[in-house]
Amino acid sequence: MPSISRDEVAHLAKLARLAVTEDELDLFAGQLDVILQSVATVGDIATADIPPTSHAVPLTNVFREDVVRPSLGQQQALSGAPEAEDGRFRVPRILGEEA
Amino acid sequence: MTNDLIHATAAELAAKIHSGEVSSVEVTQAHLDRIAETDGKVHAFLHVDAEGALAQARKVDEAVKAGETVSPLAGVPLALKDVMTTEGVPTTVGSKILEGWLPPYDATVTRKLKEAGVVILGKTNMDEFAMGSSTENSAYGPTHNPWDLDRIPGGSGGGSSAALAALQAPLAIGTDTGGSIRQPGAVTGTVGVKPTYGGVSRYGLVAFSSSLDQAGPCARTVLDAALLHEVIAGYDEMDSTSINEPVPPVVAAAREGLTGDLSGVRIGVVTQFQGEGYQPGVLRSFQAAVSQLKELGAEIADVSCPSFDYALPAYYLIAPSECSSNLARFDAMRYGLRVGDDGTRSTEEVMSLTREAGFGPEVKRRIMIGTYALSSGYYDAYYGSAQKVRTLITRDFQKAFATFDVLISPTTPTTAFKIGERADDPMAMYKADLCTIPANLAGTPAMSVPSGLSDEDGLPVGLQIMAPALQDHRMYRVAAAYEAARGAFGGASL
Repeated sequence: MPSISRDEVAHLAKLARLAVTEDELDLFAGQLDVILQSVATVGDIATADIPPTSHAVPLTNVFREDVVRPSLGQQQALSGAPEAEDGRFRVPRILGEEA
Repeated sequence: MTNDLIHATAAELAAKIHSGEVSSVEVTQAHLDRIAETDGKVHAFLHVDAEGALAQARKVDEAVKAGETVSPLAGVPLALKDVMTTEGVPTTVGSKILEGWLPPYDATVTRKLKEAGVVILGKTNMDEFAMGSSTENSAYGPTHNPWDLDRIPGGSGGGSSAALAALQAPLAIGTDTGGSIRQPGAVTGTVGVKPTYGGVSRYGLVAFSSSLDQAGPCARTVLDAALLHEVIAGYDEMDSTSINEPVPPVVAAAREGLTGDLSGVRIGVVTQFQGEGYQPGVLRSFQAAVSQLKELGAEIADVSCPSFDYALPAYYLIAPSECSSNLARFDAMRYGLRVGDDGTRSTEEVMSLTREAGFGPEVKRRIMIGTYALSSGYYDAYYGSAQKVRTLITRDFQKAFATFDVLISPTTPTTAFKIGERADDPMAMYKADLCTIPANLAGTPAMSVPSGLSDEDGLPVGLQIMAPALQDHRMYRVAAAYEAARGAFGGASL
């Protein structure tokens, strides 16, 4: 029995904001199933008494003095934008029809 | 003359440039000519910046003429993986989603290279977002292995390693998340080093899996890699995971190693990385390396690290999970591609259409696996368990390093496979990283140094040397001694 169905892959694609095609759904459903079954073996040795490691180096928050420093200017920050207007990123409509 | 220049090591070139025997412009032009002559076949570069390279070379030449003291690698050309931002110079990460993007700032690695007078020839090809082991996942076409143009140069940093093997550059920069420096190094007969995690700044390195990504040096000799390591390493306040410790003395260690004495050095052979699935020629090359290290005076014994058998599955949960989060920034709003914005579609629709058009299949697969592994109901079984395996791998390393100074294994289970051979089988492709992944999960340094050619196919094999965190110099010493005994590889004949 597959660990992941075609419908679940379609749902994942939606969550990940990927407008995948029908052909891709067929391809990915099979491949993701094989991959997920293979990686599930981590459960074989991951017992309850083992603490998880999220990062190889123990992390502590890093602070700096709150002083103004040189940074990217507005023009530089917008230089790669697909569209900009009045010194701002121009985006498609955000609110739904009902708004 | 030109021929001598492209065959020379970075250390030799630096000496010649700094003594005024040749100019950096001559050296740079020789490599630009070599790229023009060979890159139609190899396709190591996505972008060649001849103008920028020659301008930097002229600056170094002027400084040398004026009698100024220059940095040890000033004037020497380098190939930069296209994952590092370069101000005003295209940075694509091998993806269509960033095609044509001109970064407004330099990565810390880029800045350090420029400040050291290193000449950046251009940006090298890579698997899209550094996801892959063959450079076939580049949206701009594959790179070909200079040893056999029908074969892969490894990945994700296949462009950087192929450039070294094709004598297009004596130095290169790679990034290694699961083996992307070491595996290409192994299959192209070049040296590739993944430093201790946090040893080299990730600022301006386009993120794939932030807890694993680590930039490092690539070269044709161990000493050259060490010289480059010291240029790019060091604490950076722009990277919150940067380690605030002195840079390990890797150049001194490489020079010590070149004397050829490894008396008293304790080397552990990881027993998990041999046997089934390993090409016999690779194992024979590895055994020959073990014998050679013994002759140099090293004490060698087997060591078992049972959790390493689970490194591959843990990695293919952790890296996709982090990538699914990191790549959310490609939202078609602030930089990069935007498609489908015809005035009728919502932001969410434009985002989904753009990501569909801009990402290749492997990137989409990994984003979806990560999304799955992090979703409620599956988190504990997948991502949570993978994090526990990470703990076990770190413990196995700690145990092994209580007895041994360094650990060794083959870098990859096989030599370079044919282009297309594993393209439709993601799991087969993933297995190329079998031996390299544990060091990423533990954050420890590891490198690959050529161990000759496999006797059955005549293709390069790599010896992997692993050391404890912040002890990068230990592996350089062993690698340099081994290289001195075996003889350094030149490039491939094209």
